[in-house]
Amino acid sequence: MNRLVINNIFRFIALVLIQVLIMNKINFYGFLNPYVYILFILLLPFETPGWLLLLLSFTMGLTVDLFSATLGLHAASSVFAGFMRPLIIKMVGEKPEYDITTQPKLQQMGLKWFMAYAMLMVFAHHLFLNMLDVFSFDEFWQTLLRVVISTLATFLFIMLFEYIFAAKKEK
Amino acid sequence: MRNILVFIVRYHFLLLFLLLEIFSITLLVNSTYYQSSVLLKEGSRITGRFYTSISDATDYLKLRTTNEHLARENAMLRQMKGVSFLKNDTNSFWVHDTVYKQQYKYIVSKVVLNTVGKRNNYIMLDKGSRSGIQKDMAVITSNGIVGTVVNVSENFSWVMSLLNKHTRISGRITKNNQMGTIVWNGIDHLYGTLTDIPAHVKIAKGDTIVSSGYSYIFPAGLMIGTITDFRVEQGEHFYTIPFRFSVDFNALQYVYVVNNLMKDEQQALEKSMEGLKDE
Repeated sequence: MNRLVINNIFRFIALVLIQVLIMNKINFYGFLNPYVYILFILLLPFETPGWLLLLLSFTMGLTVDLFSATLGLHAASSVFAGFMRPLIIKMVGEKPEYDITTQPKLQQMGLKWFMAYAMLMVFAHHLFLNMLDVFSFDEFWQTLLRVVISTLATFLFIMLFEYIFAAKKEK
Repeated sequence: MRNILVFIVRYHFLLLFLLLEIFSITLLVNSTYYQSSVLLKEGSRITGRFYTSISDATDYLKLRTTNEHLARENAMLRQMKGVSFLKNDTNSFWVHDTVYKQQYKYIVSKVVLNTVGKRNNYIMLDKGSRSGIQKDMAVITSNGIVGTVVNVSENFSWVMSLLNKHTRISGRITKNNQMGTIVWNGIDHLYGTLTDIPAHVKIAKGDTIVSSGYSYIFPAGLMIGTITDFRVEQGEHFYTIPFRFSVDFNALQYVYVVNNLMKDEQQALEKSMEGLKDE
């Protein structure tokens, strides 16, 4: 249990650093903004109580906000992603009951499950974030394009990270 | 009472979600409020130091272009210096000159954080109130206008760049002196849009747009961009004019913060006019 907490703290710090140092600098005609920090919310254990899930999501979002001058934007979107997580897990399929330590990870839940789960989570988060940032329906198609492109980018990065860590664990 | 407690316990997930969401969105929407400016101020104390040390390291990679910019600007300034002018009027001498009074002061500052990819982009500078930077000062480079200061802490300041939904700057086409409004449509960080130019005016591709000077913030005649295209949308009486920014927002490094020394005087005068209008 203790190991799990330390792992998550480490993941939190690493993802904030990756987000603000590398991902925030990526821009491709202004449409591609990967937000990989939500991997933290994705990988929290199944047993995380609801209030803790929301508070942790909020902390993550606010930390990223402080580093990118968008006070409240990432916090609101992360809390939304945290709120959607139980619903999305229910949608994609419940966890198998055989082991209490099972986490929503690629190597434990299988490729198909994880891909569906990650894609839905990332899309929910990015849609909320971009709609909130633009704050009007005037430029709806442009915003949607932004959401789709960024979602694909974030999704690719998340799959990449998961594969790197999965490969490491198997050694 | 017991029922309320039961209700809270039963729906705590939804209630906490709504509470956090309202808090975050309040922060986002009321970013001018005191509480959020304090949070941003205290936050930038830590994040600012962090970004300064990162940019201290990465600056070495950009030394060549920085030097080029400085050399070009030095050459320009040298041209303006007194010694590069030949005096052709032998009857007058420069005595203590009271005709010119300094209106603008320039504070050089380094960009430590910058984005161009979002709908609303902000820039962080490594100087703040301690160096004399205040809210609503202009930020420019030798190439043109960058944005306006929106929030200042002791050692850092946040600048709203032109690449922002809330940017409204008045611009002037130099060739025919027509005034319009500069906006950014959020698509490409290289191109902005000039609006509010009446459709009967003649314009051409390649015309330059400069700041109008009709504000307390920007000095007149600062470069904004060059017109790349123009059209009149159906049913409109005004042009939509895409133009290319003269500043490359993706390569910002050193900027000048402009302090208008006569701003208070100008604003006081305008305030007194408002009193007159009411009567």
